[in-house]
Amino acid sequence: MADKAMDRIAKATPPGITKRVRGLSDRTIAWIFVAPSIFLLLAVNIFPLIWTIRLSFTNFRVNRINADVKWVGLRNYERILNDPDIWQTMQATAHFLIWTIFFQVLIGFTLAYLINKKFRGNDMWTTIIVLPMMLSPAVVGNFWTFLYQPQIGLFNYVVSFFSGVDPASFSMIGSVNLAPWAIVIVDTWMWTPFVMLICLAGLRSIPGSIYEAAECDRASKWRQFWTITIPMVLPFLMMAVLFRGIENFKMFDLVVQLTGGGPGSATEVTSINLKREAFEKWRTGYASAYAVILFVTIFGLASIYVKALNKVKER
Amino acid sequence: MSGFSITEPSNRTKWIAGVLVISYALITIMPLLWIIATGFKSPSDSIAYPPKVVFQPTLEGYVNLFTTQTRITPDMQDKLQPPTTWYEEIVRDKGMVIAGPSRFGQRFLNSVIIGFGSTFFSVFLGTLAAYAFSRFKVPIKDDLLFFILSTRMMPPIAVAIPIFLMFRQLGLSDTHLGMILLYTAVNLSLSVWLLKGFIDEIPLEYEEAALIDGYTRFQAFYKVVLPQAATGIASTAIFCLIFAWNEYAFAVLLTSGTAQTAPPFIPTIIGVGGQDWPAVAAGATIFLMPVMIFTILLRKHLLRGITFGAVRK
Repeated sequence: MADKAMDRIAKATPPGITKRVRGLSDRTIAWIFVAPSIFLLLAVNIFPLIWTIRLSFTNFRVNRINADVKWVGLRNYERILNDPDIWQTMQATAHFLIWTIFFQVLIGFTLAYLINKKFRGNDMWTTIIVLPMMLSPAVVGNFWTFLYQPQIGLFNYVVSFFSGVDPASFSMIGSVNLAPWAIVIVDTWMWTPFVMLICLAGLRSIPGSIYEAAECDRASKWRQFWTITIPMVLPFLMMAVLFRGIENFKMFDLVVQLTGGGPGSATEVTSINLKREAFEKWRTGYASAYAVILFVTIFGLASIYVKALNKVKER
Repeated sequence: MSGFSITEPSNRTKWIAGVLVISYALITIMPLLWIIATGFKSPSDSIAYPPKVVFQPTLEGYVNLFTTQTRITPDMQDKLQPPTTWYEEIVRDKGMVIAGPSRFGQRFLNSVIIGFGSTFFSVFLGTLAAYAFSRFKVPIKDDLLFFILSTRMMPPIAVAIPIFLMFRQLGLSDTHLGMILLYTAVNLSLSVWLLKGFIDEIPLEYEEAALIDGYTRFQAFYKVVLPQAATGIASTAIFCLIFAWNEYAFAVLLTSGTAQTAPPFIPTIIGVGGQDWPAVAAGATIFLMPVMIFTILLRKHLLRGITFGAVRK
C-alpha cells in the first residue's frame, strides 16, 4: 500500500523541475502583493495628510466653497499656539491621559500578577475581565451616561450605598469638578484589560528557572519581585503605556458620548475640540493646522518614548 | 513538566488571588449586565429609585427599538381592529399604534455590510502584503513596514477633514463603498503586522519543497502557505471585524443616512419625553452581543492576538 502511494506521488511530480519557468519572478510577485496595500494607504492616509498640511496654510472653509481661498502662511499656527482655549484643552487632555494611564497600569499590572498565580478557572475570569475592551466605546459610553444619572443611575446608587452620600446630590457628568473623573473612570473600566493582557504576556515570558535560582540564593519574595519580576515586565508595561497613550491622546468616541466635552469645556479633550473647529465652526484651514500640530505632537512624543523603551530593552 | 516546583504559588496565595480577581471581574461586568437587564425593563422600571434588580420583564424596549409609533385618541382606538400580534398588543396598551419599522434594522445591516466588506478586503490585501514582507527581499522593507504602522497614529478627526472633502468630490460620502474603503485602509496596518507575524512562523521548508516539486510561487502561496496560515488569518479577521464594528468617529462624521452604521445611531434613539433607555439598551444588547459571544468562544486566539500585536516590536 505504502509503496504504491509513494509511486503515485513520484509519478505526479512533474519532470524537469529546475528548468521549468515558474510563472512570475519573485520580484514581480513581491511588488504585485505589496502594491495594492501601499496604494490604498497612500490614497486614504497619506494623500489626506498632505492635503491637511496644505489646507493648514490657508483660510479655506468647507461651508463657503465659493469664497476666495487665501494663502495665509503660518497665521493659523500662530493663532493656535496663542489661543488660551487650546491650552485649556491640552490641560483636560493631560489630566485624562495621566490619570487613565496611572490607574490602568496600577490595576492592570495587579490583576495580571494575581492571574499569573494560576488559580483554578483563571482563564474564564480573564475573558470576563476582557469583555469591556472588545465593545463599542460609543455605544457603551452612551449607556454610561445612564449609569451616571443622579438619583436613578446605578453608579450613583452604588456610591451612595457605600458612602452614604445622597445619590441625587452629585452628578458625575453635570459637574465641572467631577466630569473629568467620570471619563477617567469609564476609560479605566474599559481599557485596564488591555494593560492587563500585555503584563500577563510579560509575566508569562519570565522563565521559572530564574525564580528557582533566586530561591536557591535565598532571595526574599519581596526582593525577587523588585529585581526579577518588575525589570522583566517593564518593557511590556512600557509598550502597553505607549499604546494606551497614543489611543487616549486621540480619544474621541468615548468622551464625546459621555460628556460631549462638557460641562462648559471641562472635558473638552483635543479630538473633541478639533471636531468643533472643523465640523461645527467649519474653520477648515485653522482646524487643519490644529490637526498637524496634534499629529506632530503624537509622533514626536511617541518617538522619544520608543527611544527610551529601546534603552530599557537593551538593559 | 516537573511535578513539583518551588516557585509554584501556595494554595493560600492562589485562593487570595482568585478572590480578588473574581471580585474585580464581577464589578467590571456589572455595567454590561445592567445594559442587558435594562433592555427588558419597562420605561418606568428603568428609571425607578432605588434601581430595580428584580422586575417584571417586558419586550417593550425591543418593540420600541424596531418600530416607530404614533399616539392615537381613545375613541380612535375603539374603532381599530383588536391587535393581532403580541407586539401590536404591547404598543396598543400604551395607547399608540405602530406606524412602521424604525431605522434600526437598516443601520444594523449597514454595520454588517461595512464590517464584513472591509474585513474581507483588509485581510485579503494584508495577507498578500504580509507574505511578500515575510518571504521576499522587498526594497526599503523596514521603512514601508514602519510607514504602514505609523498610519495608525493619526487621530481620526485629523484625517477626517480631507477625507470628507475627498469623498464629497468622488461621490463617496455616505456610501457603503466609501466606508468599506476607509475601514479597509485603517485596518490594513493591523492586518499586515499581525499576519506577517503568523506567516513568519511557518517554516520556509514547506514552500521550498513545493517549489522543487514544480509549483509556481503563486501555487506555493495559495496551496501551501495559505492553509498553514488559516488560524492566523481567521483571528486577524476577527480583530478587523471588531474594529470596523465598533468604529464611531469616521462613521459619525462621514455618514448620516444610507450608510450610517449602528454606533452613531444607537445613542440617538429617543422616545417620548427624553431618551428611551430600554430601547437604547435593547439596541446596545443586540449590537454588543455578537462581539461578547465571539470573545468568549474564541478567547484563546483573541487574547493571543491582542498581546501579539503589541509585544512584537
